[in-house]
Amino acid sequence: MSTTSHDPRPADALRDGDTARHAAPSTAVRKVGGFAGWVDDRTGAAKPVGYLMKKVFPDHWSFMLGEIAMYSMIICLVTGAFLTFWFVPSAGHTVYDGSYVPLRGVGMSEAYASSLNISFDIKGGLIIRQIHHWAALMFVVALVVHMFRVFFTGAFRKPREINWVIGSVLALLAIVEGFAGYSLPDDLLSGTGIRAMAGFVQTAPVIGTYLVYGIFGGPFPGEMIIPRLYSAHVLLIPAILVGLFIAHVGLVALQKHTQYPGPGRTNNNVVGYPVMPVYAAKAGGFFFIVFGVIALISALVQINPIWGYGPYDPSPVTAGSQPDWYMGFADGALRLLPGWLEFTVFGYTISANIFPGALILLPLVYIVLGVYPFLERWVTGDDREHHLLQRPRNAPVRTGIGMAGITAYTILMFAGGNDILAIKLGMSINDLTWFFRIGFFVLPPLVFWVTKRVCLSLQRRDREQVLHGRESGTIIRTPDGRFFERHEAELPEDQWILVQHEAVAPLELEPAVDEHGVARPAARGDRLRAAVSRFYFRDAVNPVTPAELAAAHHHGEETEAIEGGEPAEQLESPEAASRR
Amino acid sequence: MNEQDTPTTGTEVAHTDGHGDAVRLDQGHVVGSGGIPERFANPGLPAHVPRMADLAEAAARRAEKQVATLFGISILSTLLFLVLYFAIDVTQTVFIPGIGTTSASNVALGLTLAFSMLGIGLGAVHWAKTLMPDEEVVEERHPMASSEADRREVVRVLAEEGGSSQITRRPLIKYTLGGALGLFAVPLVVQVAGSLGEMPQKSLSLTWWHGGPSGPGEEPEFRPLRLMKDPENTPIKASDVTIGSVFHVMPEGLLPDPETGEGGADHLLEEKAKAAVLLMRLDPAVIESQKELDWGYQGIVAYSKICTHVGCPVGLYEQQTHHLLCPCHQSTFDVTQDCRVIFGPAKRALPQLKITVDDEGYLVSAQPFREAVGPSFWERG
Repeated sequence: MSTTSHDPRPADALRDGDTARHAAPSTAVRKVGGFAGWVDDRTGAAKPVGYLMKKVFPDHWSFMLGEIAMYSMIICLVTGAFLTFWFVPSAGHTVYDGSYVPLRGVGMSEAYASSLNISFDIKGGLIIRQIHHWAALMFVVALVVHMFRVFFTGAFRKPREINWVIGSVLALLAIVEGFAGYSLPDDLLSGTGIRAMAGFVQTAPVIGTYLVYGIFGGPFPGEMIIPRLYSAHVLLIPAILVGLFIAHVGLVALQKHTQYPGPGRTNNNVVGYPVMPVYAAKAGGFFFIVFGVIALISALVQINPIWGYGPYDPSPVTAGSQPDWYMGFADGALRLLPGWLEFTVFGYTISANIFPGALILLPLVYIVLGVYPFLERWVTGDDREHHLLQRPRNAPVRTGIGMAGITAYTILMFAGGNDILAIKLGMSINDLTWFFRIGFFVLPPLVFWVTKRVCLSLQRRDREQVLHGRESGTIIRTPDGRFFERHEAELPEDQWILVQHEAVAPLELEPAVDEHGVARPAARGDRLRAAVSRFYFRDAVNPVTPAELAAAHHHGEETEAIEGGEPAEQLESPEAASRR
Repeated sequence: MNEQDTPTTGTEVAHTDGHGDAVRLDQGHVVGSGGIPERFANPGLPAHVPRMADLAEAAARRAEKQVATLFGISILSTLLFLVLYFAIDVTQTVFIPGIGTTSASNVALGLTLAFSMLGIGLGAVHWAKTLMPDEEVVEERHPMASSEADRREVVRVLAEEGGSSQITRRPLIKYTLGGALGLFAVPLVVQVAGSLGEMPQKSLSLTWWHGGPSGPGEEPEFRPLRLMKDPENTPIKASDVTIGSVFHVMPEGLLPDPETGEGGADHLLEEKAKAAVLLMRLDPAVIESQKELDWGYQGIVAYSKICTHVGCPVGLYEQQTHHLLCPCHQSTFDVTQDCRVIFGPAKRALPQLKITVDDEGYLVSAQPFREAVGPSFWERG
């Protein structure tokens, strides 16, 4: 900034007690100010924009996961708009005459023919199509991993429950959006996907047949499904997705980002870098990195080679039919549900072997996810705002529940590829299916237990690390002639992370009888809540307190003896008593 | 150095408390007494560590050059994209080791696009990390809730100002408004729901084998139909079906002429989706079901190809085991046991089509399917 400290007025204009006028703004400020001033005169945007530019965001690699999802979605919107210039959303019949020789002269839908044109006759069309598909896959992957981060760090706690619910709806819509897009090219593979969809919609109790005829505008496949899926894929769902996404990001800005605990980071502040210039450069640059990486993958790795499958026809099928990965778990559930679940009552068929996996599972997963923050709040009774994230080990039961859920999901997803697995591993598909069926019930509780034990032992290790302290190398001789090594009494800064979290204990029911011996019946809800609270916090390992650290330091090697498992004798050992 | 001359704070405190603070250290959270705070205090932000570029102008200049190089790579890649866009023919292919033969234009345009993006992105991030300020800034948080006065004011406005519309005092308005708002969307819903398309009627239980078109509102009258090879659309003589062979079959009249594309069903895909049949010949001795033998012809049996699970075509026939496998969800049907489900998520056997031969020795249907083919549905029974 060029500061002109001298007063530009002539000498006779100066008065006693005058203060110098403010320095003239620098050229840079004047240049920006000209246009910005013009806009601000008309909108008053300077205040909010200034606020946003100074806004502080905490830094952590895991905060980029949501960003990857956001950027992948934007890439999908851009490339998707491109694709609409060439794609013809029609099931109308045509005969292919493009440059892909093997399919020349074959009758097919206009949707499939135009998808082939995008892939073979439009310059750069294939790269746009591949980027669109890869970005869609990346979107759902990033979104799921982002959800993991938010779940395991407890970022969904008050005041962010609303945003967690919005995020869950976004995740569900992303899957529906993906399925609609996957079905549009009308090749044999995507058509088989729609066939299965028609099949399981048809099994919905009572209204199934009306539902499927309504969706398809008559008998399957009809000519309506492509234009309808197109309308859903490019208009309806994206409109809701974008709207909810804006609300999601808006709430993040409004509530300020959560941060990981650390020295200087408290529940009442945000420590990080301001948007201008650091985050503008980092986040803006990161958009280009995500786009670049997706373009790189799309250049080198083939995705969904629709020309290899041929046009859709309801009677042939390709072996190894697979949906995109995010539908895999629903498909896996369909493969695992045994046929005997279907039954007939009063002449009506109830296909309990199909609709629970196909129609109920998907919304159910997201309803359970959306409800979890409210459940946990009920268990903890915690009504405070939480802006500091938790280390997953410090919430062992939640982390265990999350891992159990991921295990169940993963089993269903692998079950969705049981045929591919059977071929690749040279195993019997029947054995694999049975393994997954049993595993779906056995493995999640097992994983819950293992995860919880791992968390608890990590917490104990944290305690031990703090109690043992940092070895100073200083040997101390006591008056009675004993030697021990002094440990640093002060908690070193880098160990703050090990003691920063709050101590927890299960909620206690009030005694069954009060002090006058009168029975005090606990409400059933309270008893249930106390039981769930015990389940969560019964064996909680709490952080080291200053008192514990002081005791550990003073008693030197006894610390280790105590932790070796003979507490009582050691504590009252003669030496210890004499030293008192 | 020994303890007598340098007592430290921690040990000092413990001394005054004696063993009162000795606790089991492998469990439990013990809050101390005697002036020890209940929790550790937050040590505060660590001191800022300057980077190379903060200390030496040479390092900063090096960072500047690195950033500029990355931006330069982006510019070059963008220009290269433009050149390659015009230079490479869209049909050209290229062999890339490890990937195989692939579209040259896709690889070229994708890579240049990628480096054009990555140059900008990596450059900007490197710039931010090396040259932009890296001292952390602290921003205070405020509780999300508004002040108590603001909250009371909103409730007051809702109750009082809203009340000034007299809605609570005038139930006639209240209830008619509720009714009007509750109903106004119904016409829109009815328009969409009512115009989605034809409803099923009997069409899910009918197929072309009933004698012809089987869409909603159509009731074909049964006549024997020849079994036609798909896609040749030629009839099949029983004598041409050898043991172990399998044919993909459609009813007579459904398929268009394979040469001219003329004729056939008006709703070709819809009819195919229900009428597809697999024709197999087994040694009658291995067939365990009497009904299956009776509905077949000398060990030639015809079964619906549409899976009773969710309707995929049952595409895989194992000649040795006589198993039919659906590739979508692995339902497995045993052809020797009337296509009973022996594994997988389907419940019902594949429906059998009763066949016989006509005067000329061609296979024909003897009756339509006796049950609905394909996936289950509520009214199916």
